[in-house]
Amino acid sequence: MELKTVQTERIPVRYYEGGAGRPLVFLHGAGGLDMDLGFLDSLARQFHVYAPLVPGYGDSEECGELRDMLDFTLHTWDVVERLGLKDPILAGHSMGGMIAGEMAAIAPNDVSRLALIAPAGLWMDEHPIPDIFAMLPYQLPPYLFYDAEAGAKLMSAGTDMTDPKFLQAFLVQNARQLGAAGKILFPIPERGLSSRLYRIKAKTMLIWGEGDKLIPPVYAQAFQRAIAGAQLVMIPEAGHVAPFEKPAEVIGAIARLQ
Amino acid sequence: MRFTWFNLMPWPYLPDDFREKNRSVWVDIDSNLFDPAKGHQVYNNYLDLLEYAGKLGFDGIGVNEHHQNAYGLMPSPNLIAASLARRTDDVALVVLGASIALYNPPLRVAEEFAMLDCISGGRLVAGFPVGTSMDTNYCYGTIPGLTRERYKEAHELIKRAWASREPFAFNGRYTKLRYVNPWPRPIQQPHPPIHIPGGGSLETFDFCIDNTYSYSYLSFGGYIRGQALMQGYWDRVAERNAPDDSPYRAGFAQTICVGETDAEAEQLYAQHVSYFYNRCLHVYPGFADAPGYRTIKTIQKGILSQYAPQTMFQQLPWKELVDNGSVIAGSPETVTHRMEDLIKKLRVGNIFCLMQIGDMPQDKCMHSTRLFAEKVMPRLRHLFPEYADDQRFWCKPLNQRAVPGALPQEWNQESPVGVER
Repeated sequence: MELKTVQTERIPVRYYEGGAGRPLVFLHGAGGLDMDLGFLDSLARQFHVYAPLVPGYGDSEECGELRDMLDFTLHTWDVVERLGLKDPILAGHSMGGMIAGEMAAIAPNDVSRLALIAPAGLWMDEHPIPDIFAMLPYQLPPYLFYDAEAGAKLMSAGTDMTDPKFLQAFLVQNARQLGAAGKILFPIPERGLSSRLYRIKAKTMLIWGEGDKLIPPVYAQAFQRAIAGAQLVMIPEAGHVAPFEKPAEVIGAIARLQ
Repeated sequence: MRFTWFNLMPWPYLPDDFREKNRSVWVDIDSNLFDPAKGHQVYNNYLDLLEYAGKLGFDGIGVNEHHQNAYGLMPSPNLIAASLARRTDDVALVVLGASIALYNPPLRVAEEFAMLDCISGGRLVAGFPVGTSMDTNYCYGTIPGLTRERYKEAHELIKRAWASREPFAFNGRYTKLRYVNPWPRPIQQPHPPIHIPGGGSLETFDFCIDNTYSYSYLSFGGYIRGQALMQGYWDRVAERNAPDDSPYRAGFAQTICVGETDAEAEQLYAQHVSYFYNRCLHVYPGFADAPGYRTIKTIQKGILSQYAPQTMFQQLPWKELVDNGSVIAGSPETVTHRMEDLIKKLRVGNIFCLMQIGDMPQDKCMHSTRLFAEKVMPRLRHLFPEYADDQRFWCKPLNQRAVPGALPQEWNQESPVGVER
């Protein structure tokens, strides 16, 4: 994958591009793309993949003009437009799934294939989604990974939380990334998507880790009920970060959209 | 020098094992720990203490705003200030303050502050905090990355509302009002003095300097730790070419305990200081700083929150708290020296004296307060004589003020109309 820049009306946007085949736009979750690079490489063996970063993620510029869900949705459409893509497969994970769902709902005639991997965007009082904005880094793994212990090792690899320099870099990255994500996820990751899902016309694949403890599978059923004809693929031994934990299975499910 | 006696209003009944059994004193604290009947007593005790301090020569009595917090029982500081307005006479009412970004519409603050200023006869010193992340983001749900934009807009609305003499339309991003026309207006013109409590963000430094507001650092970390931050502020005052570096451009909150002797101070107050520092400040670090609440520039400056994990999880003994300046304690002599050190090192003209500490009972608090007022304060008054006339950051009360409760005799039908009785 190659890291490139595309200019929208508002801001330069960083994106990964690679592979060949049918164009596919992948929208990352609140954690960013770092953990998904392996997944994207595999995905690029079957598709021409474009994976834009939400402004503020990675080394990309923040965008103060993005404040609410409509801003995020239209911004991402702007990116698709500037990449010169027409009706790419739209795939998104977690927060990215929320954005992809909104894009498909707001422009139903422009999206014919939609893959939502454990998307955010719905809220059920009886199944509250844990508050990632109030978690310390070491508390995240059990919510993200099927194998929490391995996940914890992975997340802390090469990091020393007591080193002030590391801590500062971590805080800056966190402030930029989760600060941006917070605009559509804080304090409740719901911005009215449930009232718009009926508009989606795309052939939709819902992909969910069976062991997802952040957005539990009960949300998969809610999405399935709300999107006409949506198919659901549950992935065993996967948590919320299914693309990282089970890339082959996730890609296999996306491929069923072809 | 100006001294404000400040009451955070801590809940005094947190159990001994509070830290072990609870993750946070703030945001998601166990609701069962609050007993409303005891709350009745607590509020009245604290109001009595504020009124007591108001009679001892303090320049101001101070309150502030916190939510879902067991060390700060004032979700509405304006309610407390309103009670005080009627029961005090010539002391300033320092409301530090109302978190303007949290009111919908923020015009509410302009109205309530104007009411307070009118009721008190121009004794209001107004505070416009952004609010902590715990209050603003976690308790009140404001999106962290939009908090400052919202705050800025609220500030603009309030200032315009106070300045304008005719209704105007306000087309903000967060507040849209067709007819802004607050009744009443404040007595103090163009507006009451404004203090901005901050925690070290550069934007807040600049905001104060540019608007001639006083910057208040309300920390519990004490003056030695606060020095770097205040120096950062004064550096910024110089960098931005402020017309002067009056010490009244700054304020600092300091925990203070005065006894007859150093030993008495420890004997009387150590347990209450321990209660405050070791129970009341037990804040879950995950609530300290919502991502996006602080700007990147501020984080890069390396000024981290006082609620950062490293200061949170150790038991702090009296000696350490006193040595590191978190608490200034001892005999009037000792306290005077340390206060002078604080005032000079930080260059602060406004001192917010935190003297009701943790679960301190009233009589001890009165003892400490009286000793400070009678034996410490007079010896510090002379500092910064060259700025003695700087009135920009303090209230200007009316000379003739109403006397609460001064009703005439009951109406009597027998008396002829219009005749003095």
